[in-house]
This record gives sequence, structure tokens and C-alpha cells, in this order.
Amino acid sequence: MHIDLPLLSLVIWLPILGGIAVLASGDRAAELSKKVALAFAVLTFVVSLPLWFAFDSSTAQMQFVERIPWIPGLEVYYHLGVDGISMPLILLTTFTTIFVIVAGWEVITYKPSHYMAAFLIMEGLMVGVFSALDAILFYVFWEAMLIPMFIIIGVWGGPNRIYATIKFFLYTFFGSVFMLVALIYMAFQAESFSILDFHALPLGLTEQILIFVAFLLAFAVKVPMWPVHTWLPDAHVEAPTGGSVILAAIMLKIGGYGFLRFSLPITPDASSYLDWLIISMSLIAIVYIAFVALVQQDMKKLIAYSSIAHMGFVTLGFFIAFTIFQRADVETGAVMGIQGGMVQMISHGFISGALFLCVGVLYDRLHSRQIGDYGGVINTMPVFGGLMVFFAMANAGLPGTSGFVGEFLVILAAFKADFWFAFLAATTLIIGAAYTLWLVKRVVFGPVANDGVAGLTDINARERFVLGSLAAAVLIVGVWPAPLLEVMDVTVQNLVEHIGLSKL
Amino acid sequence: MTFDITQLIPILPEIVILVLACTLLLVDLYVKDAQKGINHNLTLIGLVVAIAVTLLVGGGERQVVLEGQYVRDALSDTLKVMVLIVSLFVFVYSREYLRDRALATGEYYSLALFAVLGMMIMISANSYLTIYLGLELLALCLYALVAFDRESKKGAEAAMKYFVLGALGSGMLLYGISMIYGATGSLEFGPVAEVVAEQGLDNLVLVFGLAFLVVGIGFKFGAVPFHMWVPDVYEGAPTPVVLLLGSAPKIAAFALAVRLLVDGLGGLHADWQGMLVILAVLSMGLGNLLAIAQSNIKRMLAYSTIAHVGFIFLGLLAGTQEGLAAAMFYAIVYAVMAAGVFGILLVLSRKGYDAENLEDLKGLNERDPWYAALMGLMMFSMAGVPPFVGFMAKFFVLKSIVSIGLVWLAVLAVIFSIIGAFYYLRAIWYMYFDKPTTDAPLTDSGAVRVALSINGLSVLALGLFPALLLSLCQAAFA
Repeated sequence: MHIDLPLLSLVIWLPILGGIAVLASGDRAAELSKKVALAFAVLTFVVSLPLWFAFDSSTAQMQFVERIPWIPGLEVYYHLGVDGISMPLILLTTFTTIFVIVAGWEVITYKPSHYMAAFLIMEGLMVGVFSALDAILFYVFWEAMLIPMFIIIGVWGGPNRIYATIKFFLYTFFGSVFMLVALIYMAFQAESFSILDFHALPLGLTEQILIFVAFLLAFAVKVPMWPVHTWLPDAHVEAPTGGSVILAAIMLKIGGYGFLRFSLPITPDASSYLDWLIISMSLIAIVYIAFVALVQQDMKKLIAYSSIAHMGFVTLGFFIAFTIFQRADVETGAVMGIQGGMVQMISHGFISGALFLCVGVLYDRLHSRQIGDYGGVINTMPVFGGLMVFFAMANAGLPGTSGFVGEFLVILAAFKADFWFAFLAATTLIIGAAYTLWLVKRVVFGPVANDGVAGLTDINARERFVLGSLAAAVLIVGVWPAPLLEVMDVTVQNLVEHIGLSKL
Repeated sequence: MTFDITQLIPILPEIVILVLACTLLLVDLYVKDAQKGINHNLTLIGLVVAIAVTLLVGGGERQVVLEGQYVRDALSDTLKVMVLIVSLFVFVYSREYLRDRALATGEYYSLALFAVLGMMIMISANSYLTIYLGLELLALCLYALVAFDRESKKGAEAAMKYFVLGALGSGMLLYGISMIYGATGSLEFGPVAEVVAEQGLDNLVLVFGLAFLVVGIGFKFGAVPFHMWVPDVYEGAPTPVVLLLGSAPKIAAFALAVRLLVDGLGGLHADWQGMLVILAVLSMGLGNLLAIAQSNIKRMLAYSTIAHVGFIFLGLLAGTQEGLAAAMFYAIVYAVMAAGVFGILLVLSRKGYDAENLEDLKGLNERDPWYAALMGLMMFSMAGVPPFVGFMAKFFVLKSIVSIGLVWLAVLAVIFSIIGAFYYLRAIWYMYFDKPTTDAPLTDSGAVRVALSINGLSVLALGLFPALLLSLCQAAFA
């Protein structure tokens, strides 16, 4: 019905244009520009809905394709399209941005219009990353995304923001420039910059390994995987609430998406050859980082480390496929692992976003993120306390929440690959529960700790709307994940078939 | 030998600039101090006329005139227009600074215009002698301009260094030319290229000549290890002069390298490729590393120039059509970005105060968000972050060297650009994340604001639609 509209372009450019409009309006009419920003965010979400409803989940082909020449002579195209992997992530982006805008409504007092504009522009760029099918277009969106985030952390961040934002920028920049060289190299081989052509490009093992490493540098930093995760706790702690939400909910997913779109299909043999590396890095993230999370005194840091551990599940899910291929006695499981990773990404987007918003709610009131400054919050903020407990449970993977689905699928697939992988991965159910429940115990429950907590007021309608919507999303995906799995099913099966074939 | 007047048509743009420069010298004698603005207006009008004339006489087949000394082709058309446009912006930005310091004399404008003329001659030269004359015209004007503020001791010192080292560079170049003349018996690029194709590497004198040429080019570009003059000159010269010598001459230097190496000695590509690899790697490495240590923004930009020169060399050393087009794109883009950055520095300066330190950028976002945004996008562009054109320039260059199989060089280049990203980010950090240290008003005018906006937005527009400029560059080497 709406196929004729260039939907993807709309979803990319609408927020960017909105951001520019908000930026131009400045802070003279701050209230109005906030409303305009919200209107654009909602409109973008509405425009992105047909992507879900008009999506044909019976094919692995790219859909909503747009392709026009961009740099003639170099075979670079403005080439967009989505499949079952990228489409849900685009909706996650447009959905989350609304809450980020709403969450910053009263809290941001320094140049609020610039703040809103930065998030809108960011939204467009992130959608661009998920929908680009041309390597250079992808890279442009991928890098451009750093600019608004750099500004957001640097301008609206905490006391140590400059260190954090420079570290964030340089770390990610470091990772991605090698990817650029790899992309150019492949384009030279394939005489095209189309990512789909890269998928079909035959490459020798040495070439594949070098390309794989270049991609790994880019995506591992973004995910982030142990040991290149150290920028994340800094960035999260210093970023304003909205920045943390976008970082955790979407930016990290871009790394995971990169593995699925680039590493696995372009270098299947190298992925197979080096899968032990990724699997061990993922398991270390799951186990070791979870222990690190346990000892944190700062709520944001705790959630940041928990994000790293949860993203370990994602990469584990993606790469156990290769172990499964090597075992003659196991036939299924690869699809399950990748699907589990995907669900985990979506679910983590909701949960970590919501948890950061919860911390934001507390921080706005008492200006502290230290766990020790709280205690007994539920006595003064019953509604908020209930929601925070719910999100904490989801974070720990309670059945019935979205957190359970992804972890369960990945652990199940890991069992098919190797018992010990599954064993180590499953320890997260214990440690994860330990650090989240302990966090909840110390912050939410118990007697009222101090006068600050005693004076807290419960969340207002705006905050209820934000946290309530996310809670609903967590529940829906947790109770009824079938539509989400169905949307990506054919695409993932196709991907698994593709990576099962050697390129050598 | 008869002289055909139509031979002068292709060199009309140069004639316009020459007439303009001479007119200014005369006019200046008759205008009162209060009316010195007329110099400025005349210059701008003259440059616009020159751009129009260049476009009019340009296009079409390659023309060689003046006994084979002079050439007009697609390359020269594009480069000349770019030099003139960048110079136009340079003059617009410089006006307030020069007026406040009583430097806006006819001499300044005519020296600057003679420098522009020198660049145009370099761009259109078809023989070693012409190109040398153009180069010297440019260089002599710049030496004088660096010392133009005669009250400034730093300026005099910088001019002295620039002159001595520049003369050394010119000497090397001339020595190389003499060897090539000895080996080939000609000064025109065409005949030289023929002889080179025959003799190639067998002729040792030719190879020696080549080495001296590369050294000369290295001096003029400011490539490591011939870069010693760059930071001192950038720091010592008045900011408008740095603006003039840091922007458009990069385009002319690119023309110099293309004419000397590709047109004349294309047959020796394998030899000069190796030399340029060394220069490029050293320039990118040293330039980016030392730029981090600078607190003076002019010095920082000097080292950043050196790093960018390394990138231009990468495209040149590829030697392919693609590589040369990429290097040309890079040189033009760099000139545009440099003009914008120094333009902002001029806005930050005011009567009796020169903005020279990175600290002067502090809190610019609070003082004037639009200028901060323009400077910010210029800095991101220089760091090579998309969607700005600096990324596209780097991308084209990297693609061209990957195409000739030098993947390791591309990897090295991107590593250096990560290092480089830090100091550009630091400038943005000062502008956006720090509070202003002064609330002195900025020195600008409507014209400056419009020009800087066009300059800044073109960096974004060319980044989004690089094909606009790239197709011109590709056409120049088709």
C-alpha cells in the first residue's frame, strides 16, 4: 500500500531535518522546540510502523529497497533496504528515541533545543546504519553517529565528561578506520561497494582473516566485547540519562548488527576459524564482567557492566553456529543461537534503556548515582519502586520478561554446541540475578536510609508514561515473542545457510 | 616568427589579475587613508571578473600557446577557478584584521594578487622554466607578505627563515631542472617526456635531476623532512597572510607536482613513487604527532597541514588517473577547509589582540553558536569524519592506493589519522565543553558571516554530494 513511498529515506531524513529545524529554532522558544522535537520523534515512529506491518516475512530478500547513484564513477550508491535482521532494530530505534526526548523534557535546562536536536539527528543516522546496503553509505552513517554522541556526552555530561567523551570517540574511531580499509579492499576486489556483492565475493583464508580482524576491531569496540569494553562504563557514567539510554539501547546493537551483516556472511571461513576467540571473549564477558558488575558502587556503572555481560550473550549466540556446524551429530541450533542473540539485542534495548531511565529518575531528584546514598526508596516512591523491581527482574532474565527469551534461546543453542559453553553462559542466571537483586535490595527495599530518600516524590505522569511503555514492551516480547521470531526467521535461516558454505 | 594575438586569449585570466595588481598600486597613491576600503572592493571585483574570464576562455580542447611555454587544459581551468575562489574568500576574511592594524594598503593587495598570479602561472606552465618563474613569483610575494607587519619581530624572523629555506628549495628545484635539461635537451614537458620514455632509468643524470625535483617539491609543500619552515612561518606571520599562504598555494603546489612529475617525468613513475612514499609516511606521522603537542593553534594547524600534505602525496604517488584525481580533490578540499579555519581565527581576533592559542576557542559555542558550529564541522572534516568532505577526500585517496596494491600504506595512513583526530577533537572540546574566558565581541561583518557560512556549508555539501567536485577532478585527468 505504501510501497511507493521511500519509507526508509523518510525514516532517516525526517528526524534529521526535524533536528535541524529544532536546532535553528534555538532556545528562544524552548517549550515550542521541545514540542516540535517530540512531534518529529513520534512522526518518525509512525512512519516506521509500516516497515513492520508491510514487511514480507516469507523472504530473505531485501525489502523497501532504494538505489540511486551517489558517487558515479566509483560505483557508490545510495542503497537502502531492510531484512528481518535490520527491520526490528530500526523500530527499536524509532521507539526508544521518543522516550529519550520525553525523558529530557524538564531535566535538561542548558540549551534544551540543542539536546533534543542532537538526539533526533542521532536517530536518523542510526536508522541509516541499519538500512544502508552500500558499504560507504554504511560507513558514513556509522561514523557520523559519533558526532552527536560526542557532543551529547561532552556538553550535558557529568563532571568527568570530557575524558569520557574523548575516550569514547577515539576508541570507536580507532575501531572503525580499519573497517574502512577492509571495505575499500573488498570493493577493489568486487568492483562494487554493495554489501550484498561482498557477501558473494570469494576470498582466500588469509584475506578473510585480515578482513575479519578489521571488522572485529570495529564491532568489538562497539558491542563492546571484553577486553575493549573500558570506554563504556566511563561513557555511561558521564553521559546524561538520554545519552546512556541511546548508547545502551541502540548504539551497542549496531556492533552486534555489524557482526551479522558483515563478519559472518563476508568472512564465514575466518569466522569459523576464529570462532574460539569470539566465544572465549563472549564467555569472559558473561562471567568475569558479571562479577565486576557485582562490586560496583555506582548504579550507572553497574548497569553498564551488566550491559557488557548481556551483550556477551549476543556475540556468543552468533558465533556458536560455527561450533554447531563442526559437530556432525547436531543439525539444528545455529538458527536458534542467532535468533536468541537478536532477541537478546531487542530485549536488552528495552531493559537497559529502562534501567538507565530509572537511575535518571533517582538522579534527577537526589543528584547522586551512588548506591550507598539510597535505601528504602519504595517507601516514598511506591510506583517507581515497583517498576524498577520489574526491570531488574527482567534484567536478571525472569521468565515472562523479554530478558528470559533471548538468554534461554542462546543457552539452549550453546548446549547443542558444547556443554561447557552452556554451563558458563548459564552462570549468568545466578550472578546476573545476584547483582541486580542486590542492587534492588540496597536501593529500593529496606528502611528509608536518609532524609534525602524520605523527601522523594513519586514519579509524575511523564515518567510513568516512559517507564510504563517500556515495561509493556518488555512484557509483550517476554510473553509472546513469536511475532518477533517470525519476522526474522527466514532471514536468519538464509544467513545460516550462507555461512555454512565455505567461500574457499 | 609572427605573433598571433589570439594566442593571448587563453591567458586572459592571468592578464586580468596582472592588470588588477598594477592598477591597485596606482590607485593606492590617490586614495586617502580613510578610503582604503576601495582597495578591498577593487580586489574583490577584479577576482570575480577573473573567475568569469577563466570560465569563459576555459573548456574545450587543450591549448598550448606562447611557443609551447603555456598550456590551458581541463586541469588548469579547474585549478585556476578554485585558486581564485579560495583567494576571494581569503580577501573577504582578511578585511577587518587588515583595517584594524592599518595594513590594508595597496601594497598588501598587489603583493597578494601577484602571489595569485604566480599560482596561476604555475598551474598553466608547460615548461620547466615557466613553472619556475611562477613559483618564484609566488614565493617572493609570500616572503614579503610574511614580514608585512614591520612592527612585528616574529614576522621578520619568520620571513627570514621562510626566505632562506625557500631559496634553498628553489635552488634545489632549479638544479634539478638544469640536470633534466642537460639529460634531455629540452625544457618543455612534452619533449622531456618523450626522451624519458626512451632512456628511462639508464640515464643517471635524469635520476639525479628527479631526486632534486622531489626535494624541491617537498620544500614547497612543506613535507617532512623539508617542513622546518612551516610551523615558524605559520606562527610568525600575520594571520591573514597565513590564511593566504596556507590555503590556495596548496592547490598550486599540487599543480607543480603534477606538471613536474606526471607531465614531465611520468616515465620515471617507479622512481618517484618510492620517494613520495617516504615523504608521505613521514609527513603524516610527524605532522599528526607534533600537532598534538601544540598549544598555539597556528602552529597546530601548521603541523596539521604537514599531515594533510602526506595524504595529498598518497594520491600523487599512486600515479593513476584515479589517484591524481583523488589528490586534486584533496588539495582543493584542504584549501577550502584551511581558508575557513583561519577565517574563524580572524573573527576571534580583534584590534590589539590576535587569536593564536587554542584557549582562544574556549566557549565559542556560548559566544556565537553559529561560528562554533562552522568551526566544529571544519574540524571534524579535517579529522576525516563523515559526512564532511574531509572524509571523502581521505576515502578517495585511500581507495586509489589500495587499488595499486599498497594496502599497508592505507593502514598506516588510517592509524595516523586516528592519532590526528585527537587534536581536532580538542579544538571542538574547547569550543563546546568549556566556558568562555572572555566576553569580548567577535570581529566580523555581514560579508564575513555570509562568506564563512558558504565556506562551512560547502564542506558539508561537498561531503554529501562529492560527485560535484570529483567529476571535475576526474575530467582533468581523463
